[in-house]
Amino acid sequence: MDSTRRSFLKILGVTAAGLTVRPSADAWALGAKPRGAAPLDNALVGKRWAMVIDLQKLTDKVRKDAVEACNRAHNIPHYENHDDEIKWIWEEGYHNAFPGQHNHHLPVELTRDPLLVLCNHCENPPCVRVCPTKATFQREDGIVMMDYHRCIGCRFCMAGCPYGSRSFNFWDPRKQPPLVNEKGEFDPPSPDYPTRMRGVVEKCNFCAERLAKGKLPACVEASNGALLFGDLADHESEVAKALRSRYSIRRKPDLGTEPQVYYLI
Amino acid sequence: MLEKALHGSEKYWGWVVALLALIGLGFATYLLQYFQGLGVTGMSRDISWGIYISQLTYLVGVAASGVMLVLPYYLHDYKEFGKITILGEFMAVAAVMTCMLFVLVDLGQPMRLLNIFLYPTPNSILFWDAVVLNVYMLLNIVIGWTVLQAQRKDVPPPKWVKPLIYISIPWAFSIHTVTAFLYAGLPGRHFWLTAIMAPRFLASAFAAGPAILLLIAFILRKVTGFDPGRKAIGALAKIITYAMIANVFFFLLEIFTAFYSNIPGHKHTFIYLFAGLEGHHGLVPFMWASQFFSLVALVLLIPPRFRHNEKLLIVALASLVLGTWIDKGLGLVVGGFVPNMLEHVTEYIPTVPELIITVGVYAIGLFVLTILFKIAVSVKQEIGG
Repeated sequence: MDSTRRSFLKILGVTAAGLTVRPSADAWALGAKPRGAAPLDNALVGKRWAMVIDLQKLTDKVRKDAVEACNRAHNIPHYENHDDEIKWIWEEGYHNAFPGQHNHHLPVELTRDPLLVLCNHCENPPCVRVCPTKATFQREDGIVMMDYHRCIGCRFCMAGCPYGSRSFNFWDPRKQPPLVNEKGEFDPPSPDYPTRMRGVVEKCNFCAERLAKGKLPACVEASNGALLFGDLADHESEVAKALRSRYSIRRKPDLGTEPQVYYLI
Repeated sequence: MLEKALHGSEKYWGWVVALLALIGLGFATYLLQYFQGLGVTGMSRDISWGIYISQLTYLVGVAASGVMLVLPYYLHDYKEFGKITILGEFMAVAAVMTCMLFVLVDLGQPMRLLNIFLYPTPNSILFWDAVVLNVYMLLNIVIGWTVLQAQRKDVPPPKWVKPLIYISIPWAFSIHTVTAFLYAGLPGRHFWLTAIMAPRFLASAFAAGPAILLLIAFILRKVTGFDPGRKAIGALAKIITYAMIANVFFFLLEIFTAFYSNIPGHKHTFIYLFAGLEGHHGLVPFMWASQFFSLVALVLLIPPRFRHNEKLLIVALASLVLGTWIDKGLGLVVGGFVPNMLEHVTEYIPTVPELIITVGVYAIGLFVLTILFKIAVSVKQEIGG
């Protein structure tokens, strides 16, 4: 009787230990691939997503439309106070986007107008390296994503990003005044992308939610051809061809992050 | 031994109640931040860490500095530190705990704190910082408590505590090294991207930590009659002097590299801190005050004649603490964000709620420190040591 009880307790102990160890062992298995749902039939799939921004086609209207399309697609709240801003894609001066890469004798057309900056979806993302909870992570296709439900809001990724591409919800974004359309009516939040809660970091996700439905990123769609998006691993893709045919630059290439947003000069 | 904290003079209770009041005020203000968001602080998209993370950085140093007593006492058998080593260990406990509270109040989603351990991420320095800080706190509370208890019973400390003491020595260096790595490994933040960040942190820590400890010891002597002994004070003052010289030396090395190389990114933050950048000079008076205090400290510490004069020593220590606090508890973290990654200049001014929360967290640290020191001093006086 006694021995049975002992062995029963042993089994119980081992099972309990196993249940405790298993989840943490999973977490340590860095190489393990997450098991997700299979992509939809019409989903856009790639191996190395990249964006190419043609500075010659980037007009004022294109910039405004692209930013507006992104803000609407992702329910990005608008803050009057510069300190609280949430920005995924936005206008920035040439010298600000490319510090250290300018000289005093560049063509005026190149440096006069603002250009668009966004998350570079780096091949070696420092933000992913510093995140203590894997709330920000890199997908196999190169997209650097956020898990808003795991983020603890430590903002280490904001210190780590060399491009200033990350925003923090200092306030509850759901309590911000809703977007107003051209007729002055309130636009309800887009049901295609979740609103966030306060206290988490967010940034551009290359419209992963749209790619999954076979659509191009919202900014690309609104850009009238100034923004190209595609798979750089595919030699025949539009982006690969564009980069072969014209000279392009990237932001802070010396940091070894391998940005995947290219600017055609 | 905990009962020792429950018997004290009216002054002791007055101090405890005052701290509890500050804690209450801080907690109430924290609730405001918790329910409204970190928008109630002065932090911004550009300067995403402020006074909370600065205090974390400063206090990790204070915690690590306990080793400046532990090392001479246990490794070199320097008997003069016998009475105050326990103070170093207990100060480390209170300081680490305060550090971790500063991380907690800085989080956007504090309820998810345990995600750090539920999803352990070895490539994140913050994960390692959480690990080394917790272990260091545990080491010091176990060592300090066990040794004190043995002394009280007039028996030698148990054998198993020795290896823990030896581990705690390199561990003290590790906590501040890992904390320096939080900053020193970020591409694009030139002000932080320096290999001497860790040695610089350690030098300022080994100056400021023991200076704070000595100042507290002077207060304890006045209030309780507990005397660390002249020799111990002198030895600690000497350690503080050398550490402060190293600290200032490292700072000058940074200045040399930035300005002789003439690389704009390396110069920007220094210019912002000491002269102002693009019309923003909020921190300039503070940074010069920091230099002034550091200079006063060195002038009063280096000549033995001044250092041995206790009145001057107190002035020196107070200046040193002020100087290093402004440098590390304000300029270092905030400065790293200016200019931002797109070379815009945004300034950071902590808000009133943010400052009240900071005071509240410090009050918790002082409360724990008071309880621990009360126990230590009572036991020491009981055994007549």
